[in-house]
Amino acid sequence: MDYSQFLAMKQEIGLLIVFVLVFLYDTFMPRKAQGAIGGVSVVLFGLFTAASFLCGCTKEVTEAFSGMYYTDGAVCAIKNILNIGVFIVLIQSIKWADSDMQIMRRGEFYELLLLTLFGMYLMISGRHFLLFVIGLETASLPLAAMVAFDKHRYESHEAAVKYILTAVFSSAVFLMGISYVYGLTGSLYFSQIARAIAFEGGASVMLIVALAFVIAGIGFKLSLVPFHLWTADVYQGAPTNVTSYLSVISKGAAAFAFLAVLWQAFGQVYAQAWEWMLYALIILTITVGNLFAMRQRNMKRFLAFSSVSQAGYIMLGIIAFNGMGAAALMYYILVYIFSNLAAFGVIGAIENACGKVHMEDYNGLYRTNPRLAFTMMLAMFSLAGIPPFAGFFSKFFIFTSAINQGSVAIYVLVLIALINTIISLYYYLLVVKAMFISTEQGDVPTFKSACTERIGLWICVAGIIGLGIVSYFYNSLLTLNP
Amino acid sequence: MFSNILIYFVVIPVLMLGGLAICRNIRQIRAVAVTGSLALLALSIYLLVDYLAQRAAGATAPMLYCDSWSWFTPLHINLAVGVDGISVAMLVLSAIILLTGSFASWKIEPCPKDFFLWLVLLSTGVFGFFISIDLFTMFMFYEVALIPMYLLIGIWGSGNKNYSAMKLTLMLMGGSAFLMLGLIGIYYHSASNPADLTWNILEIARNGAIEKGWQYFLFPLTFVGFGVLGAMFPFHTWSPDGHASAPTAVSMLHAGVLMKLGGYGCFRVAIYLMPEAAHDLAWIFLILTGVSVVYGAFSACVQNDLKYINAYSSVSHCGLVLFAILMLNTTAMTGAIMQMLSHGLMTALFFALIGMIYGRTHTRDIRLMGGLMKIMPFLAVCYVIAGMASLGLPGLSGFVAEMTIFVGSFEHTDFFHRAFTVAACCSIVITAVYILRVVGKLLFGPVYDEHHLSLTDATWWERTSTVTLIICVAAIGCFPNFFSDLIKFTFTKDIFAVIGMN
Repeated sequence: MDYSQFLAMKQEIGLLIVFVLVFLYDTFMPRKAQGAIGGVSVVLFGLFTAASFLCGCTKEVTEAFSGMYYTDGAVCAIKNILNIGVFIVLIQSIKWADSDMQIMRRGEFYELLLLTLFGMYLMISGRHFLLFVIGLETASLPLAAMVAFDKHRYESHEAAVKYILTAVFSSAVFLMGISYVYGLTGSLYFSQIARAIAFEGGASVMLIVALAFVIAGIGFKLSLVPFHLWTADVYQGAPTNVTSYLSVISKGAAAFAFLAVLWQAFGQVYAQAWEWMLYALIILTITVGNLFAMRQRNMKRFLAFSSVSQAGYIMLGIIAFNGMGAAALMYYILVYIFSNLAAFGVIGAIENACGKVHMEDYNGLYRTNPRLAFTMMLAMFSLAGIPPFAGFFSKFFIFTSAINQGSVAIYVLVLIALINTIISLYYYLLVVKAMFISTEQGDVPTFKSACTERIGLWICVAGIIGLGIVSYFYNSLLTLNP
Repeated sequence: MFSNILIYFVVIPVLMLGGLAICRNIRQIRAVAVTGSLALLALSIYLLVDYLAQRAAGATAPMLYCDSWSWFTPLHINLAVGVDGISVAMLVLSAIILLTGSFASWKIEPCPKDFFLWLVLLSTGVFGFFISIDLFTMFMFYEVALIPMYLLIGIWGSGNKNYSAMKLTLMLMGGSAFLMLGLIGIYYHSASNPADLTWNILEIARNGAIEKGWQYFLFPLTFVGFGVLGAMFPFHTWSPDGHASAPTAVSMLHAGVLMKLGGYGCFRVAIYLMPEAAHDLAWIFLILTGVSVVYGAFSACVQNDLKYINAYSSVSHCGLVLFAILMLNTTAMTGAIMQMLSHGLMTALFFALIGMIYGRTHTRDIRLMGGLMKIMPFLAVCYVIAGMASLGLPGLSGFVAEMTIFVGSFEHTDFFHRAFTVAACCSIVITAVYILRVVGKLLFGPVYDEHHLSLTDATWWERTSTVTLIICVAAIGCFPNFFSDLIKFTFTKDIFAVIGMN
């Protein structure tokens, strides 16, 4: 075996080094130095992120282990995008992890988090279904432990049980689909599956069934409707920082991996097999997510349903089936990371300060905490797609890329998605209304949020304002996806 | 980039935003708002003079001051600017209304700083929209102008403001959803070769590559998209509620300028880029806008709230703008643009006066007021002038605009167009009914409420605001040729070449 192949996995290796260092620090450092573990993780991970930006990227297509592992400019870029998100999540988590309840096991939080990210890397880079499943499991199982992190809270347990059962079930469904695919094509390599399908000359009924299982399996991860039922409960029960991690990083990684599976392995049967499946899924996801979000009064449940519908918009990039779609999807994830982390950052800050998570508590927040309210408003506007914030650009580009596909059906799909943006605007405005317009006063007192929380929010705000207006980000993503 | 004069229409408001953000007290806020809007007004007047000079010197390009800076290069999105006579007129109008609006909200409470921030953000969108000739940038500015309305009405509004603000925002954003689809569609059919696709309006018009089948699909999307903001029936319902709940300056800016974005967009995008579909499908929208014109006027007759009366009258007048644009001939379109200017100024004047009266009497119900002519003669006289302009008294702006529109409309010789023109003409009479009803009840007759006798007349900032607007209204009425010459050049060139009309 040629061990130099491991050099293709620069980003994975870097991440593992960070993980091992954090682990060693947590295990062997004296108790007095333990207080700095959050800072150590952030700094180490920040260095890794920067290094990965500067020199970890290979623009050329690189394969390792006879095509099992694959990386190119776009794959590197999506990993970097996830890194940025994880970096912000880490910063935002410090205050919470240092609280009295968590102080004994905060090291584990950082370690588990880095491990799940490693799993997501494998999902993104895997071009063989076994590696993909290993990645999927590595990403899911530690997450269940993280969801259960608030040991003292009943909801946290419930959420963890729901999450692990759903994750296992969806893995089973996914594996079932893969076994069909293996039976039909004789391989688990994406490239060989694609070749076998091309050789067959199209989709057989069995292949469509297999594909349905595969899509359902990943659909659970992405919480596409009708596989979304776990989302709201888990998001509500999990600690807020874990929820934010689940909603942006886990979702972003799964979306890109989904794209890789469908395009690389099943690209041949786009029109025959999965275009219409995604078509139906997108309409359902966006609409149901939106309709349920309108009625939510708990901010975390509210953002859970909002993120369900956002996943539907992300899928538009996959159904576009062209380089523009991939770029738009990555850009959407990037913007979504900043917007959603800003929203969760504010929710987390308020929850840490006074334990309030209901929309009624946000009434008059602008009078008591103007900066937090302003940040929340930017996040809501960005999620709703209001210019000049980044969300507008990401929505516009994902619609543009979808329409590039050209059929009339896509125009109808985009119209439905656009009408849904109006519904989503309604409930995002409800939050703005509570904070800015409502004359009642909620229970959130004026408080000063922790320095780390503020840094995290400042990064998010900079992203929300800058990512759209500065065209560099989208343009460079487009050049990575010709 | 900064050598182009047009870019300053966006730069100045952005500077104002920065300036407002660091203001500490009300005096500084007023100073920034007035200085900034004066600068914008000066800039727009300079632009007007310079534009006319260039035209007189023989510049024949359809748009002047054109410039383009690449933004999202792979998608061919540029920040492209350029103006013709219509945009110049609209820019001047917006600057005037922003200035008078700032004066009208001299004593806005609470949080004057936030109020002016949102107001200036709104005007950034408006100015950006009028200078853009790139569909993407245009659409972006369009949406920038819409969203501050929610907070402006929600926080500083009156009455049923939560409902109105939400309704207005959602309906306008609903329109822009259709619009976004239409614009993306136009982009993908803007050239036959994928490498030449463009968002630039001038290039799309020059290419003329949108197939007729697609035009039939895209024209209604864009026309309805902009039409919602132009208060086209049946999408006008946001307008009365929104205007009634909005604070004075916002009503002024919204009815005066923002609704013009709708008419301008219908003309500049829907009709300019897809003339064939416009020609074939105009009848559908003529019926809808015809209904707006008459229905709006009738609705105004039965309202008792001053702002509702004016809002319905805006539906009627803005309907007339779209109605005239759909006539697709030079005379009617010139009339449409003049009507935009005239209505913008006149309605801003109305809303300013209503705000001033409401600020004194604390009611807008005309049944609870009377004899204001004795109490506040200055405001009352201004109100009468605004009313006269609205019902089309010669010498004021309404007359020339409506006259031109109806003359243009009557150039069509077929029964359908003539019937609708006659119906729309009736709206003038109905306008007279509701204007005179208000003037009679509100201004003349006995004083209804004894408490009103102690009220004062206009203060200096209120006088500045109203007198400026009245001068402009009278200027259009007295020198209509100046304005029609300004606008005319646009139409004589290439617009109707495609469909072979005059």
